[in-house]
Amino acid sequence: MKRSIYRNLQKKIIGITLLVSLAPLFILGVTIYHQFAKIFQEKVDEQIRYRADAQAEAVDLFLKERTAILAAMADTHAFDEMIQAKNLSRCLTVMNQRAGAFVDLGVIDNSGEHVAYVGPYSLKGINYYDQPWFAEVMSKGIYISDVFMGFRKLPHFIIAVRRQENQTNWILRATVDPDIFASIVQAAQIGKTGDAFIVNSEGILQTQSRFGGAILTKSAIDPANFGKLTTVIEQSNIDNRSLLYAGSWMKNKNWLLVISRDVQQEMGSLFATRNVEVAIIICGVLAIVLTVVFMARLTILRLMESDARMDELNAQLIQSDKLAALGKMAAGVAHEINNPLAVILQKTGWMGDLLAEEDFKHSKNYQEFKKSVEKIEEHVERARKVVHNMLGYARRMEPRLEDVDINQTLNQTIDILENYARINNIDIQTFFDEKLPIIAGDQAQLQQVFLNLISNAIDAIGHDGFIEVKSRRIDTQIWVTIKDNGPGISPDKQKRIFDPFFSTKDRGEGTGLGLWVSYNIIEKMGGSITCKSQPGQGTTFTVVIPIKVPEKK
Amino acid sequence: MHYFNVLVVDDEEDFLDTLMNRLKKRNIDTIGCHSGEEALELMKKKIFDVVVLDIKMPGGMDGIETLREIKKIQPDAEILLLTGHASVETSVEGMKLGAFDYLLKPIKLEDLLEKMAQALEKKDTVEHKRQSEQIRKLLKYW
Repeated sequence: MKRSIYRNLQKKIIGITLLVSLAPLFILGVTIYHQFAKIFQEKVDEQIRYRADAQAEAVDLFLKERTAILAAMADTHAFDEMIQAKNLSRCLTVMNQRAGAFVDLGVIDNSGEHVAYVGPYSLKGINYYDQPWFAEVMSKGIYISDVFMGFRKLPHFIIAVRRQENQTNWILRATVDPDIFASIVQAAQIGKTGDAFIVNSEGILQTQSRFGGAILTKSAIDPANFGKLTTVIEQSNIDNRSLLYAGSWMKNKNWLLVISRDVQQEMGSLFATRNVEVAIIICGVLAIVLTVVFMARLTILRLMESDARMDELNAQLIQSDKLAALGKMAAGVAHEINNPLAVILQKTGWMGDLLAEEDFKHSKNYQEFKKSVEKIEEHVERARKVVHNMLGYARRMEPRLEDVDINQTLNQTIDILENYARINNIDIQTFFDEKLPIIAGDQAQLQQVFLNLISNAIDAIGHDGFIEVKSRRIDTQIWVTIKDNGPGISPDKQKRIFDPFFSTKDRGEGTGLGLWVSYNIIEKMGGSITCKSQPGQGTTFTVVIPIKVPEKK
Repeated sequence: MHYFNVLVVDDEEDFLDTLMNRLKKRNIDTIGCHSGEEALELMKKKIFDVVVLDIKMPGGMDGIETLREIKKIQPDAEILLLTGHASVETSVEGMKLGAFDYLLKPIKLEDLLEKMAQALEKKDTVEHKRQSEQIRKLLKYW
């Protein structure tokens, strides 16, 4: 019952303390992590967006430069000059010197006929009239193609400009080296997982993607997802890895430059931070839980101890209250009994006196009368003794204050009982503190107490055993312990041993007043008697006597 | 046998009568009464060697008051206090007021007689001392 109360209390203490200390820790941890993750995410987005922007601009610039130099060549040369192989070749050389990345150069007349060509392929004489870009360049003036296979069966793209000369149009057309172009785009690839590529408005790859496929294949990117401004989206690829894509539309061409990064890698440091945080929180939780449990245990233990002490104190208080009340009652009862006893004793005495007279001596029942009178006297005496014992501690007119040597008093008491003990084969051992001070007290009363306790010990043992009598000084008190190896006293009897008329001895053997009188004597001196006993392990009585220093004579 | 007289004061009639009978039977000159007031009246008329006085008497004067008055009338009378219970304080007060000793009821007659004898011995000594002192005084002035 009591244990469960303590256990519940312990649970409550632990529960509340853990809740109060752990909840803020968790809230703080989660909040900080989320805030940090948000900022980190923004930073990463920002970075990749900036990179896409910058790269798109670079590619734009590349195309613009190529277009400009091609246009300059067309504008500065007449059709007749251009179709001469020598001039065309020189133009290509200049263009490659100034800008670079041109593979070939060709001149197409207004009928679509490829009239002049310099380059590694033999494309002269091919008619482009039916090619879709031909119409476009004719109408718009400048044209940059998507990547296509064309007549040469290799992925490439061309830049074409139209020249108006004397009412006729001709076209100067150049192929851009796809490898150089690709290397410019791929310069934006970062780390081991970064990718950079270009798709057209249908999502067809215009440059090789590092992880997303070969040139001219359909990429996983849907260009419709990318807005006019640079857009960042997150998308899972085939391996279920989450990738971050930033796409930026180019100005001169309907191409989307895409830069991608592996989210996992990008967020790596964030995840590391998260792991550290989780580890710290786990350590904190462990430390808090251990401390709280330990402290709660300690508190409950202290509480149990002080409760136990309180209970003991209460029991002692109840005991002394009870005995005080009994003492008062006993004094009253004694008076009421002693007066009638006095009358009975006198009357009986008187009868005895009269019986002694001559005329009764020859009476038939004289002996019977005499015996009855003696018996009455004997039993009045018995009753008187009981009442006197009951008041024993108070009988003396003045409690004398004399110099008392406790050790000497104990020795005297043991001397009185030694014979009795020896007959029963009981060994009385003494362990005295030789430095005990002489105190002011009533030696006879103390002797009565020790006599009661030691003779009780002998009676408890019966025969064959030992008694230990110890004296020592503790602060301002003298402690006398009398320990026997008798059968011990059961706990329910222990509560009553100081009660008057309570005896564990056989009927008629003890009055049941010895311990009660002893208790009162010691109580009056300002000391205490306590009993500790365990059935089967003997009994120890402890008498605590306050040290009163005798007055100097 | 030294001749002396005794006054017994006790409110318990049965006790008083029986005790007086037993003392008288032993040729002791005994007078009894039931209250302190009566005792004082008697003592004004007659000198007593020993007074046996019950400390607790209901109604009227109690033992201690009576003792105080007796000591005023007859300082030389030896007083034996009787009581039914051990009231240490009262007894101590009685002793301080000059009572010879203190006995707890019930008492055996033999014990009472023994105490009386002791009281008389003491009384004798006191009287002898006074007599010898008076003689010395006379010698001085002479």
